[in-house]
Amino acid sequence: MASANPYKTYLNIWLLLMFLTFITVYAAEFDFGALNVPIALLIASVKAGVVALHFMHLKYEDSMTWIFAIYPLFLLFLLIAFSATDIFTRVAN
Amino acid sequence: MTDHHDFDKNYLENGKGFKSWFFTVDHKRLGVMYLWAIGVFFVLAAIASFLIRFEHLSPGQTIISAQTYNVLFTLHGAVMVFLFIVPGVAASFGNFLIPLMIGARDVIFPKLNLYSFWIYCAGSLILLLSLAAPVDTGWTFYTPYSIDTGTNVILVTFGVFVLGFSSILTGINFIVSMHKLRAPGLTWDRLPLFCWAAYATSLLQVLATPVVGITLLLLIGERYFGLGFFDPAKGGDPVLFQHFFWFYSHPAVYIMILPAMGIISEVIPVFSRKPIFGYKAIAYSSLAIALISFLVWGHHMFTSGQSKLINIIFSVITFAVAVPTAIKVFNWLWTMYKGSVELSAAMLYSLAFIFLFTIGGLTGLFLGALAADVHLHDTYFVVAHMHYVMIGGTVFGLFSAIHFWYPKMWGKMFDEFKAKIAFTLIFIGFNIVFFPQFILGTQGMPRRYFNYAPEFETLHQLSTYGTWILGVGFIYMLYTLFKPVGAADSNPYRSVSLEWQMPSPPPTLNFKEIPTVTTSTYDYGTKVEQEA
Repeated sequence: MASANPYKTYLNIWLLLMFLTFITVYAAEFDFGALNVPIALLIASVKAGVVALHFMHLKYEDSMTWIFAIYPLFLLFLLIAFSATDIFTRVAN
Repeated sequence: MTDHHDFDKNYLENGKGFKSWFFTVDHKRLGVMYLWAIGVFFVLAAIASFLIRFEHLSPGQTIISAQTYNVLFTLHGAVMVFLFIVPGVAASFGNFLIPLMIGARDVIFPKLNLYSFWIYCAGSLILLLSLAAPVDTGWTFYTPYSIDTGTNVILVTFGVFVLGFSSILTGINFIVSMHKLRAPGLTWDRLPLFCWAAYATSLLQVLATPVVGITLLLLIGERYFGLGFFDPAKGGDPVLFQHFFWFYSHPAVYIMILPAMGIISEVIPVFSRKPIFGYKAIAYSSLAIALISFLVWGHHMFTSGQSKLINIIFSVITFAVAVPTAIKVFNWLWTMYKGSVELSAAMLYSLAFIFLFTIGGLTGLFLGALAADVHLHDTYFVVAHMHYVMIGGTVFGLFSAIHFWYPKMWGKMFDEFKAKIAFTLIFIGFNIVFFPQFILGTQGMPRRYFNYAPEFETLHQLSTYGTWILGVGFIYMLYTLFKPVGAADSNPYRSVSLEWQMPSPPPTLNFKEIPTVTTSTYDYGTKVEQEA
């Protein structure tokens, strides 16, 4: 299953990825302070999402595949959230 | 397909020699090879543990030096965990049984299955190569010591990294097989509970293993390039390593135990002649364990300096994970209630599993309680708890499986009486080794110490004597299993599940025609059983 003209879609996605790469490089020219990493991660996540949806065909898959794709992201969130809770609430002896 | 030339040959006779085994895509042969491999590694790691216990016959040096002692307990832990118990039941019996139980001719990706086995061999080899400069960090590779030690940490961690791929690919194979290859009529609520347990295990393998892989790569990067993720001098955090490590390694505890729980759910109904009690509760509790086990890793780190708030959160969730585990235990007990219980060797191992695993599980609650853990952390209490779960649980489950499916796997019978003697020796020996360690722990004997205070001598000696009984039991069990006493028929235990409705050993292609399932897997004491 894919859209009517997959090659056109793939080309558009590739162009979008190139554009986002350009944005990544351009954003690195500026110092956003504490937002440096979140901004870089946000752009990278959008790129990964587009790749998963189109190149990996997630967009055309059923709900079971979506569950398998989303659940690891939930676990990643837990890993970061719990570790961060420790690190930000730790009191030095 | 019905007249395929392979069909008449059973899987053991279909080809001889190294090539026919090492290049096979037959799930049964791969299961058998995994069984052999984990068996060899079990013996290797057990020898290390016998030496460790022998060293503790008296305080101070008895037979080995302190550095050799450090190396031996690391070798014991790393080999037992990464080469024996994590692949353990899932790769061996999972491979052998899942296609038979779901009515398929093989797993869905047979070549990937063989590839997983090769990766397992390669990873094991890399890990064992480290013996040239053996590691002394303990199997957990905690920073900062694992960054500073002059031993071969990189080779071991790279070996574990490679082994992870085998685990992930096997997990994917099992998950997809159970989604796509179930025989007609084999709905999810008729699926054997071993398959449910293997499914939950596979989820954990696929979802948790990448994290340990990345963590160990970071550790390698830290040693090679001084990256600084875990080094406070560079803004890193050594406790972060523990977070990442246990994010995998706690779910890994359930990778080890869940398949064994699946075995118990298969063995108990057969030898109680009753349908399993609470089928859905057991099936869903496997999934609940898979879910909750991701949320409790911090209970390994209560004394690491992590924050009080997160300690409390992890402690509360740890108590929650006991619930689905207890659900299984109660359902097994209720299955036996008013059943026609037959104490075969396989059943004895399963009963011992329930008894020993319950002790292991309940002592886990002591460790999950914050105040008690401060006292008990890193003592022999933890060693005893862990071994009651891992040996009392997983290894007894594995032994139960080895005895229960022995006729199916090899087409032969073993001597039940001798097997029961071996069981008795193993059961008694195991308890003499590890029960005194609970007491040692509460008295303050720290784990991983080469030396100990004189007041601990008696309990240490008792524990060491237990290993001798345990060792004799293991050897006698092997002797019994290697001396079959005659051919087995297709279904000697009158089981109604699919894998017993075919010749023993199974034909290469399993089923002449893919069966249609019309009843539950646990129809004991009913008309279906009498026809079986």
